Amino acid sequence: MSTLAHVFEAEGMATVALGSIRKQIESTAPPRGLWCDFPLGRPLGKPGDPEFQHRVLAAAFALLDSTEPVFAEFDEAIPDSGDEMLACPLPPRHDPDAHPAVDESRGLRAAYDRGVKMSNGRFGAGRVVAADDIPAAIESFIRITEGTPWAEAGIPGMPMRVSHDIRSYYETAALAMVDHAPAAWASTRWFLDQTETGKVMMAARVAMQEQEAPQPMWFYLTPGDR
Amino acid sequence: MEETHLMADSDIKTMTEGLPAPDFETTAFTTPPPLSEATVAIVTSASLHHPDQDDFEVMDTGYRILDGSRRDYVTGHWSPNFDGAGFAYDMNTVFPLDRLDELAERGLIGRVADQHMAYAGNQFDLSTIQMDSGPAGAKWLREQGVDVVLLTPV
Repeated sequence: MSTLAHVFEAEGMATVALGSIRKQIESTAPPRGLWCDFPLGRPLGKPGDPEFQHRVLAAAFALLDSTEPVFAEFDEAIPDSGDEMLACPLPPRHDPDAHPAVDESRGLRAAYDRGVKMSNGRFGAGRVVAADDIPAAIESFIRITEGTPWAEAGIPGMPMRVSHDIRSYYETAALAMVDHAPAAWASTRWFLDQTETGKVMMAARVAMQEQEAPQPMWFYLTPGDR
Repeated sequence: MEETHLMADSDIKTMTEGLPAPDFETTAFTTPPPLSEATVAIVTSASLHHPDQDDFEVMDTGYRILDGSRRDYVTGHWSPNFDGAGFAYDMNTVFPLDRLDELAERGLIGRVADQHMAYAGNQFDLSTIQMDSGPAGAKWLREQGVDVVLLTPV
C-alpha cells in the first residue's frame, strides 16, 4: 500500500494509507499513514459496524489536513486473543464409505450455498476449484497424507490456491451457520482445528514438508505460523 | 480433540513486518482540495476483482478496475495470512464503498469516484508496481478526476 501511496502522490493525488502492521507502515513511511491495530484482513476494524468504520474513516481523512507527511495511530485497538474459535456445528456422517473429510465437505454444501448468497461470494471457493469439485480436491490432499508423492496426488492447481479454496469453502459455510460476524480468525481456527478437512490440510502440509516439496508449495497451505 | 498451537494475529504480523520496503529518497506530497470538494477513490491491495475479470495470479503486479455501481467484489488474494471472514460478512471491512457513499450524501466528501482499483498485496518485489503498474494506475485515476485515494490493505 505504501508504495502506491508514494507513487500516487508523485502523480498529483493525495493519499491516506491504512496499515495494520505498525513496523511496516513506519518503515515504508507513506505520506499520510494511519496505523490501525486491527487484525489482518480487517483494515476498517469491525464488520457490520458502520459507526466504527466511520470513526476509522474520519481519523484517516483528518490526516488530509496535514501540510507535511504524517503518521498517526487510531485510538482504539482490536486485539486478537489468539484462541477464539467459532462455535459451529458440523454435519453428521452420511456416507460411511467416504473419507470423513470428504463426507464432511459434502455435508456442508447446503450451508456453503447459503453462505455464498449471504456474502455475495466475496470469499468463496472458485479461484481454481469450483464448489462442486472441493471434495475431489480434498481427496488429493488425503492421498498425500497416505504417502502419495505430492506431485502425483492430483492436486488440481497450485497447492496454495487449492488450499485457499478449500478453506474459503468451509469458512463461507460457517458464515451461514452463525448469526453474527465471526471474530477475526475464529472461523479459520474452527476450520483448521475442528474439522476433518482441517486435520487433512495440516497433515498434508507436514507430509509435503517431509517429502521435501519446495517450501512455498507446503508453507502456504495454511496461515504461516501454523 | 487434541488442541494444537492456535494461530495468533500477532504472530503473523511479526512474521511479515520485516519484509523489505522500497526506498524512496524523498516523500512526494500532494495537497488536496478540501475534502468536501474532492473526488475520492478507494485503492485496495486485497486483490479484489469482479467475477467476470481475470483473477489475480500469485505475484500479479497488475491492477483491476472496480466499478463502484456494482457490489460483486471477490478477493483473489493468494496469501493465507489474513482473515477473510470479515470481508465475507461485510465488504466495507476492506472496501468501504458504502461508507464513502454515506459521507458524500452528508456532503463531507465532494464525490465518490465511479470506479476504483485493486492491486495484489504481499509482493516480494515491488519494483514493477513502483515503476510501471503503479504510475499507470495513478494516471488512470487522475484521468477519472480523482483527487484523494484511500488505500486499504488486508
